[in-house]
Amino acid sequence: MTREEPAVDHPNTDVIQGTLDMLILKTLSLQPMHGFGIARRIEQVSRGSFKVNPGSLLTALQRLERAGWLDSDWRQTENSRRAKFYNLTRAGRKQLEVETADWTRRVAAVTRLLNAEG
Amino acid sequence: MSLWRQLTHGLRALVNRPAADRDIADEVEDYFERSVAAHRAAGLSVEEATRAARLELGSVAHMKEHVRGYGWENLIETSLADLRYAARRLRSSPGFTTVTVLTLAIGVGATTAILSTVNRIIFHPLPYPNAERILMVWDIGEGSARLDGTFGTYNELVQRSHSFEAMASVKSWQPTLTGGAEPEMIDGQRVTPGYFKVLGVRPALGRDFEEAEDRADGPRVVILSDGLWRRRFGADPTIVGRPITLSDNPYLVAGVMPKGFSSSLAPSAELWSTLQYDLTQGRAWGHHLRIVGRLRPGVSIAQATDELNTIARMPRAEFPRAEWASVQSGFIVASLQDDLTRGVKPALFMILGAVLLVLAIACVNVTNLLLARGVQRSGEFALRAALGAGRQRLVRQLLTESLLLAAMGGLAGMFVAVFGVQALVALSPAGLPRAAEIGVDGMVFAFAAAITTLIGLIVGISPALQASRSDPQENLRFGSRRTAGGHQRTRSVLVVAEVTLAVVLLVCSGLLLRSLRQLFAVESGFDPSGLLTMQIQVSGHRFDDDSVAKQFLANAVEMVRQVPGVIGAGLTSQLPLSGDIEQYGVFFEPNPVPLTGAEQSPYRYSVSADYLRTMGIPLRQGRMLDERDKEGSPRVALISESMARHRLPGIDPIGQRLTIGDEKPYTVVGVVGDVRQVSLALDRNDAVYTTEDQWRFTDRTISLVVKSRGDPVSLVPAVQRAIWSVDPDQAIVRIATMDHVVAASAGERRFALTLFEAFAIVAVILAAAGIYGVLSGSVAERTREIGVRSALGATRGNILGLVVGQGMTLTGFGVLVGLAGAAAVSQVIVAMLFGISHLDPMTYLGAMALLAAVGLVACAVPAWRATRVDPATTLRAE
Repeated sequence: MTREEPAVDHPNTDVIQGTLDMLILKTLSLQPMHGFGIARRIEQVSRGSFKVNPGSLLTALQRLERAGWLDSDWRQTENSRRAKFYNLTRAGRKQLEVETADWTRRVAAVTRLLNAEG
Repeated sequence: MSLWRQLTHGLRALVNRPAADRDIADEVEDYFERSVAAHRAAGLSVEEATRAARLELGSVAHMKEHVRGYGWENLIETSLADLRYAARRLRSSPGFTTVTVLTLAIGVGATTAILSTVNRIIFHPLPYPNAERILMVWDIGEGSARLDGTFGTYNELVQRSHSFEAMASVKSWQPTLTGGAEPEMIDGQRVTPGYFKVLGVRPALGRDFEEAEDRADGPRVVILSDGLWRRRFGADPTIVGRPITLSDNPYLVAGVMPKGFSSSLAPSAELWSTLQYDLTQGRAWGHHLRIVGRLRPGVSIAQATDELNTIARMPRAEFPRAEWASVQSGFIVASLQDDLTRGVKPALFMILGAVLLVLAIACVNVTNLLLARGVQRSGEFALRAALGAGRQRLVRQLLTESLLLAAMGGLAGMFVAVFGVQALVALSPAGLPRAAEIGVDGMVFAFAAAITTLIGLIVGISPALQASRSDPQENLRFGSRRTAGGHQRTRSVLVVAEVTLAVVLLVCSGLLLRSLRQLFAVESGFDPSGLLTMQIQVSGHRFDDDSVAKQFLANAVEMVRQVPGVIGAGLTSQLPLSGDIEQYGVFFEPNPVPLTGAEQSPYRYSVSADYLRTMGIPLRQGRMLDERDKEGSPRVALISESMARHRLPGIDPIGQRLTIGDEKPYTVVGVVGDVRQVSLALDRNDAVYTTEDQWRFTDRTISLVVKSRGDPVSLVPAVQRAIWSVDPDQAIVRIATMDHVVAASAGERRFALTLFEAFAIVAVILAAAGIYGVLSGSVAERTREIGVRSALGATRGNILGLVVGQGMTLTGFGVLVGLAGAAAVSQVIVAMLFGISHLDPMTYLGAMALLAAVGLVACAVPAWRATRVDPATTLRAE
């Protein structure tokens, strides 16, 4: 078993459960990208709050592609290797809207709960 | 959501796994390189960057596995892998695999064969439309026995009752078909025109009988079976309307029945003609017809019975009844199906019980084998659990293995079932109804396969559950040597159960075997060695005169006598043990012991003078019949010993006068030995013999017995030629050696015995395998203990005693429980026993001894292995 030992003194950088799909969709809504680019982008935009586990990411990409939210194409890289680029489909865009709305609603609810007094 | 994508992507991955793998590998590789590049850009050295990227990604291989694990196609792939692995595992232990598969095959196969048969014969509807509406109507005889119907009854019922759509009366008919090849006696039926309407089947070719054709001296018409039409008439489509010759009379073919039609009342019947009952013969109230009817829709059997019984109680003037007619006492009404299977039901249910015992033993054995294997493999499972295999994964692996075993067992079982059914039909006694319909029943097969598979599955996964539940470290540390005693206990109980079931089967088949022995030890009263028998059917108008028929028979016997190798030949109107039964009321003058009914009616034989000598029936007193006893000379008769004892107690029988059915008396000139007529089991031997010449009519169906010097079978062609040299048109049927006739008379018992023996052998083998399995497992698990014991000074004898003691304790328990069980169960087969009690001590002792011996043999190998345990090796291994 190769489960990574969680580093004790580091803050939790796991992506919030259930949001990885949304984050991927959002990232790809800007431009087509390969897996590493997506991971990098999420890390950068979140200012290091989230570190994406590559295994989860690649599996998620497969799943989203199967679901019809992503399309993919292979492109030649500079050092003549193949890179898989993903882009958002129309269905994916719709899904992103749904998930964003859902997320916003839930965050608002949690915030209200946390701010409630007495 | 996007089912199509799921499907196409999955299929692509499945069909072209290398390409799919390459995609994943490339993507992972690309990710890795970009990660390294990013780290380098951040200022790390090549080594540091590579290390950091690797840390991020984890192992590339594991990563690929992870990504690959997604998708439904993956499930199929792992299942295939499981299957391959299972096949490898099974191949690596051929002994276990073979025994398990064979056990399953026997269990599934035997059960399927027997259940198919029983299902077909007893439960499957007869092959007629709405067969449940076809009823049989019987007169009630002595002791509420079923009595054949009379024409008087039929005639009244068919006109007065309203419960039936159609009614018919039937009697058997054996005409001789001439013209073309050898004369052939054909089984047929004479029926009233409603017969085929009762069965609900119409001729495929031509037409059904018409009402007008059924009157005395009406037109002669015949309907053929499909088989006869093909066999004798080359399936000639123009046969309808053409004449054929039956017993010298021309009959017009009215129709041909459809293929596959069989008359359940007489399965061998191949042609049908109209009954044309002649009421002037005064036989209208004689019981010699079968009455069948088809109920109107919506009328129940009970309603029909009520109606018929009401008719029986209320005679009407327009239907005069003989004053002794049995109609008044009502009828027995039963569905045709129940009626046909009444005779064989007990034997079939008995056999069914036996095969279910075999199935139970097979299940127990499979359970046992799988448990043993599970114990042996607990180390393996512990290792796999430790390596991270989840419970689900282990269970799945084991399920695959069990399913594979079950599938192989099922397949082999299918073969066993097919051959089993064939063997069953081949072995079945002549009277087995619907034998031609029997075949492997798919539903039954599925049922039997499902039971064994289910057991395999339930039992098969228990080791996996065990492994995933228990602490892997514990099991790993001790390997498979020390395991929980619980398994041993379960398996011991199972072995005891197996032995118990085996004892029950063994005792039952022992009882049947001893019964058959007892039966064949019964004095038949004649000497069957070298005897050949056959039946001659005298038919044709040229024999209308009795004296011509007599002359023909006399000449035929004379010709047979001249065949080289023949020592003697004789004729008899009924042949012992052949199924012939003819009884006549006999009265002595004076009649010292007045009896009634069947008791006053001995078997009546008209014989040629040589018959008794040929059969080897001994003379006890007086003289035999001989050439003097011709037509016109003083009428004489022989009686059997028991008849003399019953009817003339303390009186010298010689010189007594008796009448047989009519007024003219015969004088008893001799007493001969008793002969079993109906069956070896039936001790009813009153008999009276007269010569053919002095009997008041000439039997047209008569048995010839030929005593030969050598093998009687080799004489058959010569004897047939001898008879046909006198008249080539006479049918010769029922050719068999007397030994065969005797054996066939116990056919049903033999059938049951053969099956029980087969089942008992299987049961004993399975039980032995069970004992062996438990002991060798136990020895393997206790190697260390045995090693320590012998290191501490236990002799080989001690060790041997230890193992054998364990085995024989199990056997002993099983035998004890089994004997008790057998005493209870064997009550069921009492009807099939003869001459012994169902608690026959010899049989029980024999079964006990046999199983003890088998138990010892099964102990031998494990015990021997135990004595070979080298204490030094075991102790070092600690």
